[in-house]
Amino acid sequence: MSDPMAEIRASFFIECEELLESLQDGLNLMDNGDSDSETINVVFRAVHSIKGGAGAFGLDDLVHFAHRFETAMDEVRAGRFVPDTEAIRVFFSCADLLGDLIRAARDGHVIPPEKTSPILDLLDKLVGCEEEEDEEELEFTPAALSFDLGDTAGLPDIPGLPSLEGVPDLAETDLDSDPKLVAAKGFDITFKPETALYTSGNEPLYLLRALRDLGDLEVECLTSQIPALDALDPDLGHLSWKLRIITEEPIESVREVFEFVDGLCTLDITPLATPVDFSAPDDDGPSIADLPNEFNTPTSPSEVPAPDNSAVSTTEPGEPNKEITKESPKQTTAKETPKPASNKASSAPTQPRATVRVDLERIDRLVNLVGELVINQAMLSQSVTEAGIAPNSPVSTGLEEFLQLTRDIQESVMMIRAQPIKSLFQRMGRIVRESSSSVGKEVRLHTAGENTEVDKTVIERLADPLTHMIRNAVDHGLETPEKREAAGKPREGRVTMTAQHRSGRILIEIADDGAGINRERVREKAIEKGLITAEMQLNDADIDGLLFMPGFSTASEISNLSGRGVGMDVVKSSIQSLGGRITITSVEGEGTTFSISLPLTLAVLDGMVVRVGGETLVVPLNAILETLTLTDDDLKALGPETHVVQIRGGFIPLLDLGAELGYRPPQDSYVGGIVLLIGQEDGNRAALAVDAIEDQRQVVIKGLEGSYGRVPGIAAATILGDGQIALILDPTDLVSQASGKTKKRNLPVQLAG
Amino acid sequence: MTDTEKQTDTSSIELLSFRVGGQDYSVDIMSVREIRGAAKATSLPHAPPFVKGVINLRGTVLPILDLSARLGLKTGDDTERNVIIVVDIGGRTAGLMVDAVSDILAIPTEEMQAPPDLAADHAQTFVSSLTIVDGRMIRILDLDAVMPPQGEEAA
Repeated sequence: MSDPMAEIRASFFIECEELLESLQDGLNLMDNGDSDSETINVVFRAVHSIKGGAGAFGLDDLVHFAHRFETAMDEVRAGRFVPDTEAIRVFFSCADLLGDLIRAARDGHVIPPEKTSPILDLLDKLVGCEEEEDEEELEFTPAALSFDLGDTAGLPDIPGLPSLEGVPDLAETDLDSDPKLVAAKGFDITFKPETALYTSGNEPLYLLRALRDLGDLEVECLTSQIPALDALDPDLGHLSWKLRIITEEPIESVREVFEFVDGLCTLDITPLATPVDFSAPDDDGPSIADLPNEFNTPTSPSEVPAPDNSAVSTTEPGEPNKEITKESPKQTTAKETPKPASNKASSAPTQPRATVRVDLERIDRLVNLVGELVINQAMLSQSVTEAGIAPNSPVSTGLEEFLQLTRDIQESVMMIRAQPIKSLFQRMGRIVRESSSSVGKEVRLHTAGENTEVDKTVIERLADPLTHMIRNAVDHGLETPEKREAAGKPREGRVTMTAQHRSGRILIEIADDGAGINRERVREKAIEKGLITAEMQLNDADIDGLLFMPGFSTASEISNLSGRGVGMDVVKSSIQSLGGRITITSVEGEGTTFSISLPLTLAVLDGMVVRVGGETLVVPLNAILETLTLTDDDLKALGPETHVVQIRGGFIPLLDLGAELGYRPPQDSYVGGIVLLIGQEDGNRAALAVDAIEDQRQVVIKGLEGSYGRVPGIAAATILGDGQIALILDPTDLVSQASGKTKKRNLPVQLAG
Repeated sequence: MTDTEKQTDTSSIELLSFRVGGQDYSVDIMSVREIRGAAKATSLPHAPPFVKGVINLRGTVLPILDLSARLGLKTGDDTERNVIIVVDIGGRTAGLMVDAVSDILAIPTEEMQAPPDLAADHAQTFVSSLTIVDGRMIRILDLDAVMPPQGEEAA
């Protein structure tokens, strides 16, 4: 059925994503001046692997493109072409296009050749290599392996490949050419696929063809291990090949051909010039001369006849596998020895540890279940308390352990969902390249903290807002190269993306070293658009905040990148829907930084359960700096309707949570009341008066947006131990919208939010 | 057999009727998910008056609308209205708080009439059609109009 095939296809595309990632990594390294051969090898191998996989699935467009790309990379690898910045730019575009092709192939779309050919021409021009005939050859379809003794059809008619004539002929040619071979550079290869090689969908024919690309190839198929027809298990592979390749390529290139079948075959590669230690392979002359007899013995018609060397031919037909297993460890080690250690190291980052691919839906289900478990555990704790069971009783201690376990499970599950933000950053690299070239600016993207782990859902939902912000930075933030030079800056603009964990949240910053926000122009624009009136007094932060107003765009001309009306307000609302916040800092002439602060997970948070005006609320613990009981001395009236709290020499505005949420009118006196000191990202603090603190616990976040809509000052809801719903406060939102108890603050505009 | 069933299907509609603010209303039974007793709702700050709050419906957050307040009818004591009809419309789920559930009625579609134009009647925008059962006038609710628009608070 198509199902297993679809699965293999799917996993191929997943692998492609990983390969693209390491391709990008390698290119980035090259871009930063790393010309190490290993880096280039990584890039080459990624392209090569994509090409190989694509070939197996008959994705011709992809193969075609990857092949040209690979050829170019091969030139670089061979040292015949030293890429400059311009070339690396082209490589980047190629990598982007390759990604497009892969996605197109996955989704069954077709990318017209007009899109790929310009860049390919550019590539060829740069590298200066012509690559036509090889592509044609790639279109060979594999022929069924069915030939009789002495048949010439060992492989379909491939030009440049010595045809498999009758065996004596072959022996002759071999012997004839031997002296020449020894003089020439090349390798003798014994290649014995194990059954696993076939079951994993590999095809030796392709390998042989790939080898042929490297140079003149002579192929012999060794059939001696084929058992008698009645003993033949059609599911097992019995063939092995002896190959001789005349090539200038290093041994690594030959190994690379077999890279995919590493571990699935017994492989021995010996340079022609060096003496051979192994008893089994490579002693062509005499063994082949011995063979004619064997070839007159009919073997299974479905198998390939070829001469064999003496060591293997002694094997009894009945027990071929035994021989193989005996042989394979020895040859594997032999194979490893000449292989440079650096080769291993380079492939390490792409496949570091054993991993399992799991459907995201299953993880989500697990997350939901754990959420229910947390709620259930809270309910159980509550009933135990209500039942009046002593705190040191076995039930209570058992419950304690249960609580600990629940938390561990919950954290582990969250870690499953966490992923490095790297993939997102790489996508942004492409956005930078594309947008900078379309507006004619020179931009370099710097990233830091790519391994910061973020919830997968967050990563997915961040893609659009970040894209928008990157485009903004390139389009509006950075000046043109001429202006930059005039301002004494390097021509090349710089966009920096960083990610880091900070106090239980993730902080993502996008900074450019452009001109900064022209506040005067922002102000004029806002007045012109009727967002503010001319007489309003705005401080710098208020003006920066105007950028987030719907319908605001500073670009005086609408470019095709940004300025289409959907602007920073959309960015802001999508960040907010993730429970995040966005702030701007900008220094005129030096640049602008957007900071996004996001919660670590979207599922659970540690909160303090408080009571206000008969309602239960949860305040996120990471927002609370401290709690205190107000004394008469702490509390200072300021103006007719507001108070400030004096704490350690500072004054902090007092907000009555009950009044702010409309649960009750402001109280007569707050002396003796409990306040929570709330700290915000921007360093501002506020004191929230509550009636009582009830508990501190982990709560499961249940979104309100889906069922009701956004509520100002409220981040989400949760279910408490008694089954009641409690609202989770969004302290920053609450404070920014607070009325300051009852006195109306003279905020000029209610900023979008 | 199947033919007759089909006929009744196409020609009549099943309604769940209930009383709210002293009047008879009904909704299409296909949009009703369940009926449950009232529970203490957690009130939402800055919500319109007809939004009672949210309750926990087996792990999901369910907004509760006070239907009599929504329809602009007189609201009695809270203890009287003790039934929540959980309805599903347009992918959203909400609870309607009503006085009491009365009956399930099968009404032939031809007996449904459009409500007369009464500009003064504010509530008429919530009624999609009218019918008479046993001498009582049954108002059929337009649920889309009753639900507060999504993202109303998002600005």
